[in-house]
Amino acid sequence: MSIILDKVNYCYSEGTAYQIQALKDINLEILDGQFIGIIGHTGSGKSTLTQLLNGLLKATSGNIYVDGKDIYDEDYNMRDLRNKVGLVFQYPDHQLFETTNFEDVCFGPKNQGLDRKEIELRAFEALRNVGFPEELYYQPPFDLSGGQKRRVAIAGVLAMKPDVLILDEPTAGLDPAGRDEILGLVARMHKELGITIILVSHSMEDVAKYVDRLIVMNQGEVMYDGAPKEVFPHYKELEAVGLAAPQVTYLMHELKEKGLDVNVNATTVKEAAEDILHALQ
Amino acid sequence: MIRDITIGQYYPAESAIHKLDPRVKLFSTLIYIIALFCFRGIAGFVIITAALAAVIKISKVPFKFMVKGLKAIVILLLITGVFNLLFTPGDITIWSWGPFKLTDAGISNAILMVLRLIYLILGTSLMTLTTTPNQLTDGLEKVLGPLNKIHVPVHAIAMMMSIALRFIPILIEETDKIMKAQMARGADFENGNLIQKARNMIPLLIPLFVSAFRRADDLAMAMEARCYSGGEGRTKMKPLTYDKKDYIAYILDSVFIVLVVAARVFVPFPM
Repeated sequence: MSIILDKVNYCYSEGTAYQIQALKDINLEILDGQFIGIIGHTGSGKSTLTQLLNGLLKATSGNIYVDGKDIYDEDYNMRDLRNKVGLVFQYPDHQLFETTNFEDVCFGPKNQGLDRKEIELRAFEALRNVGFPEELYYQPPFDLSGGQKRRVAIAGVLAMKPDVLILDEPTAGLDPAGRDEILGLVARMHKELGITIILVSHSMEDVAKYVDRLIVMNQGEVMYDGAPKEVFPHYKELEAVGLAAPQVTYLMHELKEKGLDVNVNATTVKEAAEDILHALQ
Repeated sequence: MIRDITIGQYYPAESAIHKLDPRVKLFSTLIYIIALFCFRGIAGFVIITAALAAVIKISKVPFKFMVKGLKAIVILLLITGVFNLLFTPGDITIWSWGPFKLTDAGISNAILMVLRLIYLILGTSLMTLTTTPNQLTDGLEKVLGPLNKIHVPVHAIAMMMSIALRFIPILIEETDKIMKAQMARGADFENGNLIQKARNMIPLLIPLFVSAFRRADDLAMAMEARCYSGGEGRTKMKPLTYDKKDYIAYILDSVFIVLVVAARVFVPFPM
């Protein structure tokens, strides 16, 4: 399933004193099966962009085509779009409401009008896919830890079997262990379920390891769009807009300056370690 | 959609009205409301209109912004207008059909009531637009201070009011986010009959209540951590004091009400 954005603009509170242009002339093409990271500092328009992709917000101008169909056509079915493009919001507390975790995950499939058997089957499958411990299935969601809540929230969207899964800052407020677990989970889902994943974050470290395409947003515009290896060499420009390249990028550049012949384009610690070893031999 | 609610919204600007002491603004609003309901005749109306227009001009709040607040009461205005128009007995009946009749008194009553309501909303929203909720409750606390003597917990009431006002935008924003999160899971808040609609609200209300209680808990904790212990012996960082412009405003208020009363006595027509 492909999504094409054509000259998309979005403006909050248009025509008032509080008018903010959140997105400016965005052109993007999101292909099937990609693992995309959207990076930007607070207020760069990345959350707005994700909400446009599943029709929660309507672009002020411009068009969005999903599978070749204009989603702003009058006879386009928005609910259909939301079934295809799943969006997990930043705070799981905003969506957990049922008496048990299992029931909460059932909410999405229930809204899709499936029969009870299929609903439960999907809920089980989704909870298993996010690695949620079985003994907590029938516990209330309000007592869970932050990481577990997030798993339930992701399962709640995953149970709707979307073709594209968007995660808005899935690691916010988690400790390093929880962060690695969630990101590992997302990477595994991409591999095993074969769905397109869009990961929104403001931390380069988070996404560098996993994604195969990186979209850097700045003040409502796409600043860079490419593989991490193509984006990180611009680390000075990234710094200027309040972002940072992964620490290995800095290390490799410094080593290079000091005269060690290393590949400055290494993006992960593992790659860098191998490269440094190779250079020292 | 939900962001369009303008109750208690503050419009930041640099103007003489913004800088007035909140007590002056409360008092002026009271005077204005009294004037609005006791004026009579075209002269009084002109005086009130001129005063309102002048204050709006000085306040630097765009008129467009004020009109937005009127949108919320359009239905109320229509009902008031229509009822007054059709059910007021009068001397001259222009048209009648069953219980409905159009009379001269009906027409003037309808116009008067609708104008009064519009002016009421414009005037009071001007106060909330130019005064931050904090200033407003500060002012109220000071004005109602004497009630402390008869054991009315004025400080507690003022504190509750300012917290409640402060939380309106936060909870509105939260509602917006929760709605979106549930809509992303296929929730439907618009279609269906009344019972279905009420049922569909559950996924919105539960997270909202949970978060409101948590916020209340956090806030209580934060206040206690800073040794908040009620109004007893509490001082203000910015105590309210009157200065020259506040006295001028009081004088203008008095002139205004005297003019309106004089107009009522001497030019009480055509209404």
